[in-house]
Amino acid sequence: MGLLSDRVKSFLRGPRSSAEAGPPANGGGAPQFAQGPARGEALEARHSRGLDQFFGSFRDQTGLSILDLGGARQENVNFITSLGHKFYSEDFLRIFQETFGEDIADQSNPGRIDYFLRRSLEYPDEQFDGVLAWDALEYMEPALLLATADRLWRILKPKGYLLAIFHSAERKQMVPCYNFRVQDARTLQVSRHGERAAAQQLFNNRSLEKLFQKFESVKFFLARDRLREVIVRK
Amino acid sequence: MSVWNKPRREEEPSRPLNTNSIRPAPPAPPVEAKKEATTLSSMSSTPAGRMEPESSRGGSATIGKAVKIAGQIYSREDLYVDGDVEGTIELMDHKLTIGPNGKVHAGVKAREVVALGVIQGNVEASERIEIRKDAKLVGDIKTARIIIEDGAYFKGSIDIVKSEPKAAAGQPRPLPAASAPGPVPVVASAADAKR
Repeated sequence: MGLLSDRVKSFLRGPRSSAEAGPPANGGGAPQFAQGPARGEALEARHSRGLDQFFGSFRDQTGLSILDLGGARQENVNFITSLGHKFYSEDFLRIFQETFGEDIADQSNPGRIDYFLRRSLEYPDEQFDGVLAWDALEYMEPALLLATADRLWRILKPKGYLLAIFHSAERKQMVPCYNFRVQDARTLQVSRHGERAAAQQLFNNRSLEKLFQKFESVKFFLARDRLREVIVRK
Repeated sequence: MSVWNKPRREEEPSRPLNTNSIRPAPPAPPVEAKKEATTLSSMSSTPAGRMEPESSRGGSATIGKAVKIAGQIYSREDLYVDGDVEGTIELMDHKLTIGPNGKVHAGVKAREVVALGVIQGNVEASERIEIRKDAKLVGDIKTARIIIEDGAYFKGSIDIVKSEPKAAAGQPRPLPAASAPGPVPVVASAADAKR
């Protein structure tokens, strides 16, 4: 019980560590979720094979529709629109937090799941050529995660790609929290800022293959800090 | 009483307000009577600094935070909205600023849009749009340049469209990029600043 409270508190506190926390973005109202980097947040550029694969699949194409679930970040908007694509933004984790708050059990409630998906991923089928999910899927409990993966499959076009990032397959209460900004087609600017409560399930190769079983292919790349980049193709 | 001079001052078109160059304010009583009206009309006839939440808003019309409008707004000067607007806003060659208290449920067309408050609706900004830190924008954006501050909430799509070469008229045309085959990438605002 005490453990759960810690999880919940940490979840509500959002990703910022106390040392890095700047003033709350919304005047201290609703908890903020992986939105603005704290002042002085250290950005680290790192090669990303998942990103390379993602944008490599769209090489020489323009006018595609790319959905970014990490909220609108200037760098990502710049990069994607500079390639001539249309950028779509969803602040997925903020909606997730607003919908479920601390209630983990609610993530199994079909009505709530449906409500959440209507708020966050209400798009026509086969709308997107690519989806950048970053680490947005990592904090969900199984029922919600499965429904979300299914919805992502639906809104992706055939041969479309999804990039998601998970922490390594160790069972942990807390996982580090990152911001992801696209520097170029192969490089991500990653900044760690605090921790969040992890979902209570493991994300190893087998469970991820099962999660994305409707997709045509699933590839894994193990990156620094034990991050697992997953690229799936519909 | 100085009120007899007032109509003449009101007829002056929306000359940009320069608080430094404005003559000494007329005696207070008649202006006081017009205080409420200033929230809906051009600020250029107001005495220096009066009703100006920000000094940088010289020459713009203002919709104050206690004002709610439902309908169409068409303006030929810059507009600052700190109240509620529902309908459409068109400022074709001008700048629209949604203040921190502003709530706009409207389709918006302007040369430049700066959002500090809430916009729910599609936005076309022919030159650029800025979504500031605590702003919230839900809708689709069409613009030539976009700036999104961290902390802003945005849900929707961004379509970067090349701005009309209107401003470049009369200037020498750049040489065609013959050596650069393929489509010319359209660059969103801060990209060039960053690189």
